Amino acid sequence: MNMLILMATAIGLIGSGVPGLFCHRRSATGQHLAMAINVAASAVGMAAVLWHDIPRVAAEGWHPVCSLPIGKLALSLDDMNAWFLLPIFLISALGSIYGLGYWPQRKHPVDGRKLRLFWGLMSGAMVLVVLAANSVWFLIAWEIMALSGYFLLTTEDGRPEVRQSGWVYFIATHLATLCLIAFFVLLRIYSGSFHLWPRALVGLPVGVLTALFLLGLIGFGFKAGLVPLHVWLPAGHANAPSHVSALFSGVMLNMGIYGIMRVVVTAGRPPLWWGVVLISVGMLSAFSGITWAMAQRDFKRLLAYSSIENIGIITTGLGLAVLGLSVNEPIWVALGLGGALLHTLNHSLFKPLLFMGAGGIIHGAKTRDMESLGGLAARMPAVFRLMLLGSAAIAALPPLNGFVSEMLIYLGFFQTLHGATAAPWAAWVVPALALVGAIALMTFVKLTATCFVGQPRSATAAGAHDPAATMLWPMVLLAAACVLVGAFPVLLMGLLDHAIAAWVPSHRSIPLVGIINVWWITALALPLMICSVGIAWWVHHCRKSVPETSVGTWDCGYAAPRSRMQYTGSSLMQTMAMIFRRILWRREQPPRVHGIFPPPADYACNTPDPLLDRVAEPALKKVGHILESARILQSGAAQLYMLYILLIVLILLMIR
Amino acid sequence: MTTFIGICLQVALLALLPPLLLGIINKTKAGFAGRRGPPILQVYYDLLRLMKKNVVISSTTTWVFLAAPLVSVVSVVLAGLMVPLGPTAAPIHFTGDLIMFAYLLALGRFFTTMAALDTGSSFEGMGAAREFTFACFSEPALFLALLVLVKLSGALSLSAMLLPASHVRIGSTASAALVLIAVSLFVVLLAETSRIPVDDPNTHLELTMIHEVMVLDNSGPLLGAQIYASSLKLLILAAFLLHIVLPLNPALVGRDWGLMLVGLLVVAGIIGSVESLMARLQLRFVPTLLVAACLFSGFGFLLIL
Repeated sequence: MNMLILMATAIGLIGSGVPGLFCHRRSATGQHLAMAINVAASAVGMAAVLWHDIPRVAAEGWHPVCSLPIGKLALSLDDMNAWFLLPIFLISALGSIYGLGYWPQRKHPVDGRKLRLFWGLMSGAMVLVVLAANSVWFLIAWEIMALSGYFLLTTEDGRPEVRQSGWVYFIATHLATLCLIAFFVLLRIYSGSFHLWPRALVGLPVGVLTALFLLGLIGFGFKAGLVPLHVWLPAGHANAPSHVSALFSGVMLNMGIYGIMRVVVTAGRPPLWWGVVLISVGMLSAFSGITWAMAQRDFKRLLAYSSIENIGIITTGLGLAVLGLSVNEPIWVALGLGGALLHTLNHSLFKPLLFMGAGGIIHGAKTRDMESLGGLAARMPAVFRLMLLGSAAIAALPPLNGFVSEMLIYLGFFQTLHGATAAPWAAWVVPALALVGAIALMTFVKLTATCFVGQPRSATAAGAHDPAATMLWPMVLLAAACVLVGAFPVLLMGLLDHAIAAWVPSHRSIPLVGIINVWWITALALPLMICSVGIAWWVHHCRKSVPETSVGTWDCGYAAPRSRMQYTGSSLMQTMAMIFRRILWRREQPPRVHGIFPPPADYACNTPDPLLDRVAEPALKKVGHILESARILQSGAAQLYMLYILLIVLILLMIR
Repeated sequence: MTTFIGICLQVALLALLPPLLLGIINKTKAGFAGRRGPPILQVYYDLLRLMKKNVVISSTTTWVFLAAPLVSVVSVVLAGLMVPLGPTAAPIHFTGDLIMFAYLLALGRFFTTMAALDTGSSFEGMGAAREFTFACFSEPALFLALLVLVKLSGALSLSAMLLPASHVRIGSTASAALVLIAVSLFVVLLAETSRIPVDDPNTHLELTMIHEVMVLDNSGPLLGAQIYASSLKLLILAAFLLHIVLPLNPALVGRDWGLMLVGLLVVAGIIGSVESLMARLQLRFVPTLLVAACLFSGFGFLLIL
C-alpha cells in the first residue's frame, strides 16, 4: 500500500510542472498549480515514509505487472531509503513555495515554465532513484534526474557563463553514468540478476570486487562532488537560480552518498582498505572543500565549496562504518554510519536554508559579490537572523543540528583507540576534523559578517530589503528544523537506529541510544536557548534605556572613515590564504611598480577552481584535440547515423 | 556528600576566582618591572565599576554586538561546568562532553568575532581575523591532546579522562606523553587567552592586537562581561593543564583541593613571568608557534601508540 502511495507521489511530482505548460506565459496560475501539486504530493509522500518508519512495517517490495523487456519494474522501501526520501520531499516542496517569490512567472515568462517542469521531473526521479530495486530502472531514473538537473542548472541559458558551467556538468554527469553502467553490467554478470541491492555476493574474485568498488565510488562520487570529481559543482551551483542550488546541494548530492552507501556493502563484509580509501577521500574533500570555500568572494560559490566539505565529512563517517564492518566493531558502525546519515539530513536542512538566504540577498541587493555588500542586517533583518542561524548550524555549534552529527563522527573516531581491534591510525582524523571545523567557523563568520554587518560598501547594498513572505517562510521552517534536531536529537534517534540496522541486516548493530545519552545535549541546549531569550530581552531593554545618540564606531581619531575602509572578506582571510597558498593555487597579477614616481598600478587576484582551471580543462582540451579526427564520422545526416546503428547491431548479433 | 561539596566548591570557584588570576598576573608583571603594581583585587573593582556604568553603542552595530558578550559568558560557564576544577568529577559529565567543551568555546568565538566585525571598524576586523586564524591551529593541538588523554584513560568524558591522568607513574612512557601535551596545552592556553607571546593584553591600538582590539568598542557591562569571560577561560584551561601536571590522589580530597588552588595561582604567576620575560612574537610567527604545539601533542600521541 505504501509503495503504491509513494509511486503515486513520484508520478505527481514528475507531472507537477506539466499543467503550467498549457497556461499563458504571463499568468501565475501554472506556477500556483505546480506548487500546490508539489506540496500535496510531498506531504503525502512524507506521511507515507513516516507511516512506514514509525509502526515498523517490514521492508516491502512492489512488483507490478508492467515491465520492460529487460527488467521488471521493482521498487522497495526499507528504513535506509526512507531516511533519504524525507529530505527530497521536504526540499522539493519548500523550494517550490520559495520559487513563487524568487522566480515568479510574471518576471520570468521565458524560463519559468521550463524551470518548474524540470523541478518536478527531477524531484520525482530522485524518489524513484532511491526506491528502485532493479538496476535498469535505477539507471533510467538516474538519467532522468541527471538530465533534468542539466536543464535546471541552465535555466538562464542566455548567459554564457551559465552555458559554460552547464556544459561542465553535462560532461561530468555523463562520465558518472558511464561508470555506473559499467558497474551495473559487472553486477549483473556476477550476481545473475538485475535485482538491487545485493548485500552479500559471496565468492567474487578480488579483482571484480575491486572493480565494483572503484566504479561505484567514481560514478557516485561524481554526483556527490567528492574531490577530485567535484569540478562541475562550484560554478554549476553558483550560476543556477538559488532554489535550484538548494535542491542540488541539499538533495541531489545525497543521491551520490546513497549510492556509495549501497555499493560498499554489496560484498557483505567489505575489505579493510575500502574504509581507508573512503576516509582518505572524505578528509581530502572536507579539507580542500573548506579551504577553497574560505577564499571565495562569490557567496554562492562559497556555499557550493562548503557542500564539498560536508560531503567529505559524511564520506569520512561512512568510511569509519566500513572499517567497523570489516573488523567487526559494531560501535564504530553505529557512530560512523549514524553520524554520516544524520549529517546527510542536517546538510539537507541548513544548506538549502543558506542557499535560500543567498537567494534573498541576490533578490534584495542584486549581486553575488560579498565585497560590495555589507550592512544588510539593518535592511533585511529577517534574512540576517536566518542566515546567522544557518551559519552557526553549519559551523557545528551547539545547540544546533550540525553539532550532533559531527559529535557522533568525532566520538566514532575517538572509539578507534579502543576495542578489540584498535586502529589508532584512524584517530588521526580527529585533529584533521578539528582543523576543518575551525576553518568552517571562520568561513561562515566571514560570509555573514561581510554580507550583513558593518556599513554598506555599495549603493545596491544600501537599497536592499527583506524578500516576500513566500520566500521567508520556507527558510523559517528549515531554521526551526535545525533548532529542533539540534536541541532534541532524541526525536530522530529511533529512525536513525532503524536505518543503521537496515544497512546490513545480517550485521548485529547496537543502538546509538546505548552508546551516548543524547538527553545531555538537550540539557545543555536548554540553558543556551533560555540565554538567547534572555539576550532578546536584554537587547530590548538596552535599546530602550540608551538614549538615541548617533555615536559612530570608535575611529581612532581619524575623522573621515569611509565604508570602503572596512575589513573585507578577502582581508579577513588574507593570513590563511597565504598559509594555504599551495592548495588555493590562485591566479594573481601583482602590480608592476617601477620608477621613482610610479604610475597607478593594478593588482588582481581570483580564485578559480584549481582542479578545473589547471588540470581538468587543459587535459580535456588536449583530449578534444586528439579526438578531432573522429569528426569525420559525424556528418550531421540522420540517415548516416541510422546506418551506424544498423551496423553496430549487426556486429553485436554476429558476436553472439 | 563529598561530591555535593565538590560541586558547590567548583561552582563557587568558577564564579569568584577568575578575576583573581588576572590580578596575580598583573602583580607578577609589576614585580618584574620593579613597580608596586595595582592591588591584587583590582580586576574585581574594575568589574564592579564597569557594571555600574552606562554603555555607548555605535550606531553601526546590530543586536549581535549586544548579544556577543552574554553568549561568551554563558558558553564559557557551561564549558567550565564540564572541566573538573578539583579532585571530584565536574558537575556536568557525560560521554562526548569533550567535544561539547571544544564547540562551546567555538560558539563564544563565533559571536565575539561577529560582534567585532559588527562595528565596521578595520581595527576590530583585524582582531577578528587573527582570532579565528590562530584558532585554526590551536584547535588541532587541543584535539591531539584529547586523543592522548582518551587513549590513556579509555574514557570519553572530561572528568573521567582528566582525573586518572594524574595517576600515571613518573618515568613511564605515558608520563613522557603527558609532559609533551602539557607543553602543547600551555601554548594553547596562552593563545586562547591572548597572552604574550601571541598577543599583548596591555595595549589597544597596536596593529598586532587580537583580543583587546576585538572588544575595542565595548563599554560598561558589555566590556565587563568580555573581561570576565576571558578570565574564566583562563581559569578553565589552567585547571585542564593542572590535572595533567599535578600528582593528585583521590583519597586525600582536602589536600587535592588545596593543591589545585595553589596550582592555579602558580600558573597565573608563570603566565605573568612569561609575559615579563618574553617579547611578543611577530605576527607571522604565531602560526609557527601553534604548529609546534600541534607537533608536541602529535609526538605525545605517537609515544603511547
